[in-house]
Amino acid sequence: MAIEMKNVSFAYPNGYVANENLNLVIQDGENVAIIGQNGAGKTTAVKLMNGLHRPASGEMIINGYDIKDKTCAQISADVGYVFQNPDDQIFNSSVRAEVEYMPRYYKLSEEEIKKRCDKAIELTGIQEYLKMNPLDIPYPIRKFVAIAAILATEPKYLILDEPTAGQDKWGIEVLEKLLTGMQREGVSVITITHDMDFVARNYSRIIVMAHKQIIADSSAREIFWNEEILKEAGIKKPQIAQVAAQLGLKGNILFRDELTTAVLQMEGSRL
Amino acid sequence: MPIIELKNINYKYPLARQYALQDVNCTLEKGKFYGLIGENGGGKTTLCNLIRGLVPHFYNGKLEGEALVFGKDIRDHDADELAVKIGYVFQNPFNQLSGIKETVFEEIAMGLENLGVEKEEIIQKVIHVCKLLKIEDLIERNPNELSGGQRQRVAFASIIAMDNDLLVIDEPTSQLDPQGTEDVFEIIKTIKESGKTILLVEHKIDLIAEYCDEVLVMEKGHIVYFGETANILSDTALLAKGAEIPQVAIWGNEMKEIQRPLQYIPITVSQTVELIRKMGGN
Repeated sequence: MAIEMKNVSFAYPNGYVANENLNLVIQDGENVAIIGQNGAGKTTAVKLMNGLHRPASGEMIINGYDIKDKTCAQISADVGYVFQNPDDQIFNSSVRAEVEYMPRYYKLSEEEIKKRCDKAIELTGIQEYLKMNPLDIPYPIRKFVAIAAILATEPKYLILDEPTAGQDKWGIEVLEKLLTGMQREGVSVITITHDMDFVARNYSRIIVMAHKQIIADSSAREIFWNEEILKEAGIKKPQIAQVAAQLGLKGNILFRDELTTAVLQMEGSRL
Repeated sequence: MPIIELKNINYKYPLARQYALQDVNCTLEKGKFYGLIGENGGGKTTLCNLIRGLVPHFYNGKLEGEALVFGKDIRDHDADELAVKIGYVFQNPFNQLSGIKETVFEEIAMGLENLGVEKEEIIQKVIHVCKLLKIEDLIERNPNELSGGQRQRVAFASIIAMDNDLLVIDEPTSQLDPQGTEDVFEIIKTIKESGKTILLVEHKIDLIAEYCDEVLVMEKGHIVYFGETANILSDTALLAKGAEIPQVAIWGNEMKEIQRPLQYIPITVSQTVELIRKMGGN
């Protein structure tokens, strides 16, 4: 099963075209990052994946069915979308109520509700905030509440829209653990982010968007060492790759240990 | 010359059990660019609120210690006057623009109009900041129809036009792409070069390393580190405090551990490239 986009285009009601001819297949359990400048069409593309937007042309297929016959609520059972702005999503008066909302809506047994919510709360590290009003907790942590609420629906595909924005070191670590946990369970995670170090560390497949289209779909190493793509999409290499590029080091270096090896070799060859 | 002096500050929000600021001591000098980093919930925004006078004037709560802003205790300042004296750039530029002005020119002029500045002077100032921020071509456009990056420039312009001596900027780039983020830092640098003092809350550590003179690190309401950017951001001890340091600084420390130390621990890409070129005496 998979998420498939076949020649999908989308225009907003005012006529502004935000996505043009997107073609994409995301298999079950794949871990994918979407990167690109503000206004490239990233958020529009993922909103097409769970039916918040409907294609103007082309086909949007989830698990083999064309979503044109399905409601957003039906699609959301498979494709969970965590909004860029948690305030667009959160509406309950306590963190626990927010996380329990969808499992209760699905009328699951108390036992199942507890099981799902405990897991979602643990994965997002929000234990100490359960009794609080979501609006009273810091914005970056509120984002984890929004993620937990979607995790509790146990989607097959999880879409995170800029989860790294405003996160501190702890927040990034929680996200990395969450990605590993989802991988283990075979859940596919699709992440939009501007944090290139985070992308290089955590994703084997990267989709680059620019001017409404997908301009590249490849590994971190291929993308961050393809100057043409970087320029077209207005993105930068991770810091260690920048150092390697300026020194003219070979091997498409992305990480510190690779830089160490290359520098020691260089040093050895000088002696 | 100190512009802000905080001495033995403790502060608790009303009804809160824990102190949001604890034993905070620091002096910020005129004309410097300060980066404020550290874990979320560590007290960064509360410290900004204290300097802006929202603590204690708006939030009330229990404030102990001495907080001198422009040489006068924060409690003796008039909150409205402080709002005029200190430029505050919102975390989200969309929240900052008035939404009621139909041209960029009017938007930027609004603050000056409210202060009763002469018409000729307003025109001159607005044109000056538009040049500074490279938005002259937007001057007649409707601010509500601009892109995010353009709006951020207009939001900055409307604050710079006020010509405040002190700017407090809370995470201005959290939703911006890398190019948009660099643009914002370049703008802040331009402001600093005109002699202003800047306090910036940010998580993007590579840019803090590149641009800031000094860095303050907060954890659990305390200022745990404060000093020159190069000294603070080269120290791996920060990682245990929930703050990041640049990847190249971590790498520099790793080289030291394997007995291949660089001349010093780099914090920027250009420093790292230079140090590697110098290795082995070549």
